Amino acid sequence: MSRDFQRSLPSYEVGPSSSWYARIHVDPILLLLITGVVLFGLVILSSAVDGKDALFDAQVRRIGLAYAALIIAAQLPPAIYLRWAPFLYVVGLVLLILVLFVGVKVKGSQRWIDIPGLFRFQPSELMKIAVPMAVAWYLQQRVLPPSFKHTMFSLLIIGVPAFLIGVEPDLGTSILVAGAGVAVLLLAGLSWRWIFVAFALTAAAAPLLWQFVLKDYQRQRVLTLFDPQSDPLGAGWSIIQSTTAIGSGGVFGKGLYQGSQSYLDFLPEARTDFIVAVVGEELGFVGVAFLLTLYLLIIARGLFLASQAGSTFGRLVAGALVLTFFIYLFVNIAMVSGILPVVGVPLPLVSYGGTSAITLMAGFGIIMSMRTHKAW
Amino acid sequence: MSLELSIKDPGREQEMFVGRAKTLFVIVVILFAVLIARMLTLQIVEHERYQLRADNNRTQIQTLAPSRGMIYDRNGRLLADNQTSFSLAVVAERVDDVDVLFSTIIEILSLGSEQVDRIQTELAKRRRPDSAVVILEALSEKQVALLAVNRHRLRGIEVISHLVRSYPMGALAAHAVGSVRRLNKEDLETVEPVQYSGSQFIGKRGVEAFYEKSLHGKVGYQKVETDAYGRVRRVLDVQGAQTGQNLTLHLDSELQAASVDALDGRRGAIVALDPLTGGVLAMVSEPSYDPNLFVSGMSSSQFRELTSSIYLPLFNRAVNGQYAPGSTFKPVVGLAGISSAITNWEETIEDKGWFKLPGQERVYRDWSWTKDNSGGQGEVNLNRAIYRSSNVYFYDLASRMEIGSLLGFAGQFGFGRNLALDIPEASSGLLPTPEWKRNVKNQPWYPGDSVNLGIGQGDLLATPLQMATVAATIANRGRVVRPKMLLSGDASIDATNSVDEPPRIVGLSEEDWESMVDSMEDVVHRGGKGFRGNGTAWAYIGQKIGYRMAGKSGTAQVVEINQGEVYDEEKLSEFRRKHAWFIAFAPVDNPTIAVAVLVENGGGGSSVAAPVAKAVIDAHLSKDIASIR
Repeated sequence: MSRDFQRSLPSYEVGPSSSWYARIHVDPILLLLITGVVLFGLVILSSAVDGKDALFDAQVRRIGLAYAALIIAAQLPPAIYLRWAPFLYVVGLVLLILVLFVGVKVKGSQRWIDIPGLFRFQPSELMKIAVPMAVAWYLQQRVLPPSFKHTMFSLLIIGVPAFLIGVEPDLGTSILVAGAGVAVLLLAGLSWRWIFVAFALTAAAAPLLWQFVLKDYQRQRVLTLFDPQSDPLGAGWSIIQSTTAIGSGGVFGKGLYQGSQSYLDFLPEARTDFIVAVVGEELGFVGVAFLLTLYLLIIARGLFLASQAGSTFGRLVAGALVLTFFIYLFVNIAMVSGILPVVGVPLPLVSYGGTSAITLMAGFGIIMSMRTHKAW
Repeated sequence: MSLELSIKDPGREQEMFVGRAKTLFVIVVILFAVLIARMLTLQIVEHERYQLRADNNRTQIQTLAPSRGMIYDRNGRLLADNQTSFSLAVVAERVDDVDVLFSTIIEILSLGSEQVDRIQTELAKRRRPDSAVVILEALSEKQVALLAVNRHRLRGIEVISHLVRSYPMGALAAHAVGSVRRLNKEDLETVEPVQYSGSQFIGKRGVEAFYEKSLHGKVGYQKVETDAYGRVRRVLDVQGAQTGQNLTLHLDSELQAASVDALDGRRGAIVALDPLTGGVLAMVSEPSYDPNLFVSGMSSSQFRELTSSIYLPLFNRAVNGQYAPGSTFKPVVGLAGISSAITNWEETIEDKGWFKLPGQERVYRDWSWTKDNSGGQGEVNLNRAIYRSSNVYFYDLASRMEIGSLLGFAGQFGFGRNLALDIPEASSGLLPTPEWKRNVKNQPWYPGDSVNLGIGQGDLLATPLQMATVAATIANRGRVVRPKMLLSGDASIDATNSVDEPPRIVGLSEEDWESMVDSMEDVVHRGGKGFRGNGTAWAYIGQKIGYRMAGKSGTAQVVEINQGEVYDEEKLSEFRRKHAWFIAFAPVDNPTIAVAVLVENGGGGSSVAAPVAKAVIDAHLSKDIASIR
């Protein structure tokens, strides 16, 4: 108990002698690393927007908003998150159900709720935070590692929203939301044996999933991964062009603004999901390795902060958000470099687009909050 | 719940968390290693392959089609030029709703179902994403304007322009100039495919085909940087195309038009030559076709009509139509008799309207023969035999000549050969020799064959181009010229440089030629002397004529008339009636034009073909030809 107490009193706890960052509950190292990625992202985006300055400006404004979300999220004490976790989850579920009926269709997926005159947003985005929080909220009341029953119930908490997002359809976000929830379970000490059993079962069920769950276009994406040349102008186009962009970059790249694949529009979605191909093409292996290093440091620092959090709830939430961030970037880069099928997941903090940046930064704010607030 | 709370141990939970976090971090590091390994593979191990692929994406070698040389007539009027043609293309990816777009296009351009079907097939073809697919070619200016006006309703369409061949005279000069066709696979086997990589058309007929090499020009290249939509962003390197040579033909487009008028819709052919050079001043074959249809495309019903019409509009009668020359051959036979001294200008025979070979019963008739064996021209010498077109005289003359010397003499005029310099597709006709008859018909040469040959019948065949050459040779008093289309090119053209002029006709004096010219002049001008005293064509063309013309009519049988029967036009179907011929040249003393006219199944040469020939010569002489020369 005393050890826990000590741990819950971080060295830079608010006090008369504390620094500016301690007073605003911000971890300077994590913030520095995040800012590194954000700046790197803006540099690459300035190339990927291909002269459309308005898009770049919009992204800068969004990044500003995202920083604000981080600061605000960091101010809220963990107790608030704990209290609001179940409520946030239920609201999220209701919105997810609502979006299926009144949502706005964009590019064939019904993901958006439109509040006319105000804004539109994706309820699934909210769930990226609400789901790990709800699982952590549920598990922090139990003895850990979780029992079979509690594990099953946690899986239910994860499964319902993941399913609802999957039918929008938005496979990418569905994976991220499920991943965030499962991360909580893993961090909560779910027995390795069960994890292996779950893997085995999933592997065994794969043919059924393939047959009955995956839609035609999703199956096509998987097949394309193994043989992009089978349909070079159709399903294989994206993956051929992105690997060509990355591969042609070589060690040092073609130079910023010099990527022919992106400038000549061979690379699809160069500003959004495929932006890492622009990094690979223009800045080469060096650029990609630099970005990956920054990401790895963010994860290391994030996990460290999580382990320093003042409560089980805080640790689980913070740890899960860090792992979600990892899943984000791994799925994205693996997809663009042709080792995973194409799913719509943006590159965190780099891809053009607002909602994911704001959610991610809010997530980092929450991580910082869990670490920097007084024990409770 | 209470039990669980009782054993909940925050310290242990944190330790476990740290343990899990460490394990998961290791997994994270491993997965990062996977990404790094993948990047190493792509960017370092396989870099060159992807570099090449990116360059292939980026740069393309585009061929620049040369623009085809123009074809002008002798007065500098355009016979073939290049005009901008517009096509409608669609970029399917930029279209919101393809069905709506099509119904809009169909509505705006009021398209027929055939065109709609074509659009559907074009769109079904595979292509790069975002590339423009041509769905409709040869838009009219009105259609282009309609599309421009309705632009806002037509997102995703593009109007593309390119140069295509155009024939301002259309059907009027189709057989003279020839035409281009859409390039197909077989064509590419006959030409250097690289040179045609940017071309859509190739010369397929006439001048367009013979001078294809000169007209086509040389292909150019440019290395360009294109985007994924195939749009050129930058030109990296250019090696321009070399425009095809412009050609000027001997053809006189006004004379050509006048000749078509003169034929007045009848089936037939006209060839007018400049006797001095052999240049083709007019070449008409009717019915004709509009060569522009082969460029702009035509409906399948139009194509069927062209290719399956019994009147053969695509058939160039002027150079490929082979007909018995009939009486237009008589001057050649007459001159042959003089040159071989079988006869002379004074010798006369008695023409009773029929001829029999010694010891044979078969009756060879004069055209004036009647059933009671009356008719005939009375006493005829060669001069009279020409202007009265006595068959009996030439039966007799031919039967007395050695066949070899007759054929040899006729061969000098180009019978059985294609003398033309730049009309390789021209037929050579048929000059039937005993060898030919033995080989082909497996029969010996009968004396009757010589008799028939005497009046240009039997197996003898000649094209209007060949008969125009005969007219030109007589006009030249024995100097044979090769017919040719080309007057001049921008540069010298190899194909026509090294061909020798054929030798003069041998064995005749200047006086002999003048006597033959006089006789042919009588055909047209000898009049007012009663039925048996007038030239055969005088009644039809000789009474109102402001210059001196020499001519010879011919009326070629298509079917043999049985012994004892009379030719009755009414009884014969259209295609079995006689062909009307007339060959002529003028002015007699300094000829500037030699003409052959053939009216298929038209009837009498003097009554039908002679007025056509006169109309052509009138049109020619009405102009100041000295300035043209």
